Amino acid sequence: MEATAIPGWRANLATISALMARSKNELVRVPGAAIPGVLAPTIFFLGLNGVFGALTQLRGFDTASYVSFIVPVSMLQGAGFTGAAAGVNLARDYEKGWVDRLLVSPAPRWVLLAGNVLAASARAFVPAVFVLAIAFALGARWPGLDGLLICFTMVAATAAVAACWGSMLALHFKSQSAAPLMQAGMMGLVLLTPAYAPLALLQPWLEEVASVNPLTEVVEAARQGFVGSVSWSETWPGLVALAGLLLVLGALALREMRRTNV
Amino acid sequence: MSDLATTARVVWALGARSIRQTFRRPQLISPIVVFPTLLLAIQTGGAGAGVELPGFPPVQSFLQFMLAGSMMQAMMLAGNSGGIAFAVDIEMGFTDRLFAAPIPRFAIVLGRLAGTAALGLFAAVWFLAIGLIFGAEIEGGVAGALLATALITASALAVGGIGAAIALRSGSASVVQGLFPLVLVVLFLSSAFFPQSLMIEPAKTIAEYNPLSFIVEGVREPIISGIDATHTLEAVAAIAGIIVLGLWLSASALRHRLRVG
Repeated sequence: MEATAIPGWRANLATISALMARSKNELVRVPGAAIPGVLAPTIFFLGLNGVFGALTQLRGFDTASYVSFIVPVSMLQGAGFTGAAAGVNLARDYEKGWVDRLLVSPAPRWVLLAGNVLAASARAFVPAVFVLAIAFALGARWPGLDGLLICFTMVAATAAVAACWGSMLALHFKSQSAAPLMQAGMMGLVLLTPAYAPLALLQPWLEEVASVNPLTEVVEAARQGFVGSVSWSETWPGLVALAGLLLVLGALALREMRRTNV
Repeated sequence: MSDLATTARVVWALGARSIRQTFRRPQLISPIVVFPTLLLAIQTGGAGAGVELPGFPPVQSFLQFMLAGSMMQAMMLAGNSGGIAFAVDIEMGFTDRLFAAPIPRFAIVLGRLAGTAALGLFAAVWFLAIGLIFGAEIEGGVAGALLATALITASALAVGGIGAAIALRSGSASVVQGLFPLVLVVLFLSSAFFPQSLMIEPAKTIAEYNPLSFIVEGVREPIISGIDATHTLEAVAAIAGIIVLGLWLSASALRHRLRVG
């Protein structure tokens, strides 16, 4: 009997789906697996709001609601943590031999990476929705459907960037000990932006760093609906920044994946 | 050799071991140094304009104001890291071997706490050095710096006692690790990062009664204005209260651990 060959693209798609399903199963089956990713941005959101809420009294602040100002940052921070966690999980899988088994499968390396990265993007919706719900309960401004859509696009893409970063480090160091580097890297990237205050109110050194940090455009794009109106001119720089980061970090992660031998 | 000298040697050896252990494992040292330093930089740069708010205490810079908060954060995370390492020792059976050795049981806990206190001392010196490098002045001079360092070291001992108690009671590193977010919650609900009077409710009211606020004000005062007896005594009282609580919880958890094995 002649075996029916499955087209390559369908096999690749099935592999990516299976890897995403495995990630979803971890959320559903491992008690508390989602808690760290949800808890950290929620604590930061509530904490920063309680501590720095009075900053809106400063001249030059573009909103009177610090909840509205900070919520997109917390959503992006949650995406960063979730993506970095994908790297930690990959390192754990490597230590346990699961990655070795994936590498001897006929699936292309980029498919294995895509499964991990897309799963992180999907998982990032959990903390983002949770933080957003709390923000609305505290009186955050409704950003409009377009503003919300842009914000969630930024969240999903930021998680993908973080997952590429985490995967690159996981495959380079092949140890969960690299976890702090994965998390600190993303935390720095998200917070070295106008996260706490508008660009003009930052200290000069941070203003300079933020003006060259590509995540600044992402934060501004995600925030626009919460503090004002939505415009294409505020949106496309964020999309370009994320595309660039995905291209660079994705290529580096893929290079590490290809260098990893069984 | 007298019993006291033997106990002191045990405490010294276990304390030195816990310090080496922390510096050898990135997952233990990075919460103490990397995260608080990163947050200090970000918060100083991001919220530095807050010093212009009416009601903000007179300070040379926001960095000067923030140093005490960063020291507190590092100290609390040192306590948490110490608890995690202690729980790993329990999981791996190292503590059982110590229990079987002819040494006082409390010396095992004290050894861990001595290591945590040393890490608190390291955190205080680290942040004072960062402050001085980046232009913050210590208004209380050398005496003020020493007072702030001593308060942070004693606080690390106090918080480490609670971490050790949870490690002994649970015997699980993941349970102690799960307290990491709680450390942030307690810090955000204190005056560690911003003046209590300028915080938003309900954080403002909670911070007023949070013992950590008393400690952080005791550490901050010698940095931003000079040594003040009232703030110092309030900080000492708060630290003493946490030490008593930590020791009581540790003693109870130690008895529990010896009973269940």
